[in-house]
Amino acid sequence: MQRAIKVTVNGKEYEREVEPRMLLVHFLREELGLTGTHIGCETTVCGACTVMLEGHTVKSCTVLAVQANGKNLETIESVASDGDLHPIQEGFWNEHGLQCGFCTPGMIMSVKQLLGDNPNPSRDEIRHAIEGNLCRCTGYQHIVKSVESAAKAMVQE
Amino acid sequence: MIAASFDYSAPETLADALRVLSDDPEAKILAGGQSLIPIMKLRLSIPSQVVDLGGIIDLHAIAEEEGIIRIGSMTTHEQVEHSELLSEKCPLLVAAASGIGDVQVRNRGTIGGSVAHADPAADYPAALQALDAKVKVVSSAGEKIIPIDEFIVDALTTALEPDEIITEIHVPTESTGIGTAYETIVQPASGYAIVGVAARIGLSEGNISFARVGITGVGSKAYRALAVEKALEGQPAKDDTYGIASRVAAEGVEALEDLHASSEYRAHLATVFTCRAIAAAAGRAQ
Ligand SMILES: Cc1cc2nc3c(=O)[nH]c(=O)nc-3n(C[C@H](O)[C@H](O)[C@H](O)COP(=O)(O)OP(=O)(O)OC[C@H]3O[C@@H](n4cnc5c(N)ncnc54)[C@H](O)[C@@H]3O)c2cc1C
Ligand code: FES
Ligand code: FES
Repeated sequence: MQRAIKVTVNGKEYEREVEPRMLLVHFLREELGLTGTHIGCETTVCGACTVMLEGHTVKSCTVLAVQANGKNLETIESVASDGDLHPIQEGFWNEHGLQCGFCTPGMIMSVKQLLGDNPNPSRDEIRHAIEGNLCRCTGYQHIVKSVESAAKAMVQE
Repeated sequence: MIAASFDYSAPETLADALRVLSDDPEAKILAGGQSLIPIMKLRLSIPSQVVDLGGIIDLHAIAEEEGIIRIGSMTTHEQVEHSELLSEKCPLLVAAASGIGDVQVRNRGTIGGSVAHADPAADYPAALQALDAKVKVVSSAGEKIIPIDEFIVDALTTALEPDEIITEIHVPTESTGIGTAYETIVQPASGYAIVGVAARIGLSEGNISFARVGITGVGSKAYRALAVEKALEGQPAKDDTYGIASRVAAEGVEALEDLHASSEYRAHLATVFTCRAIAAAAGRAQ
């Protein structure tokens, strides 16, 4: 049975009919074509599918699309504006915060939440904030440095 | 991984949600979805319909009246973690909430969902036991207030009937002279406790006047370590007392065994973390 839902994603409103069992990540990728949000594990472990729902990060493989009805979503596609990288993306670029890049969209959404709540986090706080995001490449060291560099740039802005 | 088909409703009032449950015994409540959606994806749960409590605003409040803090069942782990009222009046619950999973899980998962799910390694049950908390459940027949010890029956099993909804968790406001602590060793991939110990200790003139110890992760359900509590009460508040009392932390409990810890090791960890939690709680009681 299909349900009508209306969501705002990255400032744009969408109306679609979906099956209640459709996961939010499949909705974003397959219905809306927003493939920046990745699917790593599909089991709530890796965080590659992290997006913001009403300003809070969630693993979109563990939210039903129908649960987002009437709500506001932000995905990685909203982070850069007009081709200019966001300071967090600049940080990852400058400090080699990615290798294969698979975890990066989710990682950046988690960092966006962190720096929104706490503009000047300690290394421990950064590691705590990205506990729900797994990276198989970098060993996290460069990700932590990227976040520190982004925090510095954002405070100066 | 896709769940089997189901129907979905998002009622705006508790009465509407209760009506769906009493009409359809195969219906399942959806709170934060952080346990139910994974289980449905594995098709270990195949409900006919899912009743999403997310739209019922009344279930989100945290309020204190007449010595009781009422926490709405849809309060997220993140809201407990950052509640000013709770950090002042019930820091034990804040400590338990902030250790759950990761940021994304805490942003969605709820206290009602955690208690209803009754995972043997969940963080809240041990803390709620140490706090003498109660669970308020409502059905179309009326409401009940159930002590947490009676509510949690076994692994993934509670006293909840299929037509009942948890609406609130009740925690008594702490009196003075009582200290609390939550000490855990976690499974690093999930954040679930291998062993988690919540202690609530009252002191009077250097002696332990009151002790509550809840332990999660060790047995098939979180339990009150009554033998430890008995060994503490009336004794002087010092390390020797804590060490001796902690030895019986897993007494009479069949400790779980999995790839993270053998049964013997879990029982050993229970004694170590019980001692740490008691010492930390007693330190804060002074
Ligand atoms: C990666 C990961 C790591 C985790 N780590 C931890 C951890 O370290 N510690 C920990 O304690 N937990 C952990 N959890 C579990 C998490 O805390 C869940 O949020 C919690 O167990 C269930 O809460 P929920 O709101 O998501 O409930 P849901 O998943 O929506 O529901 C769970 C069950 O409870 C029932 N239910 C929900 N609300 C009610 C209600 N109000 N009345 C009656 N029945 C209800 C549902 O029908 C369902 O059977 C983890 C989960 C994940 C995915
Ligand atoms: S794909 Fe959602 S957590 Fe891995
Ligand atoms: S850069 Fe490859 S997984 Fe993180």
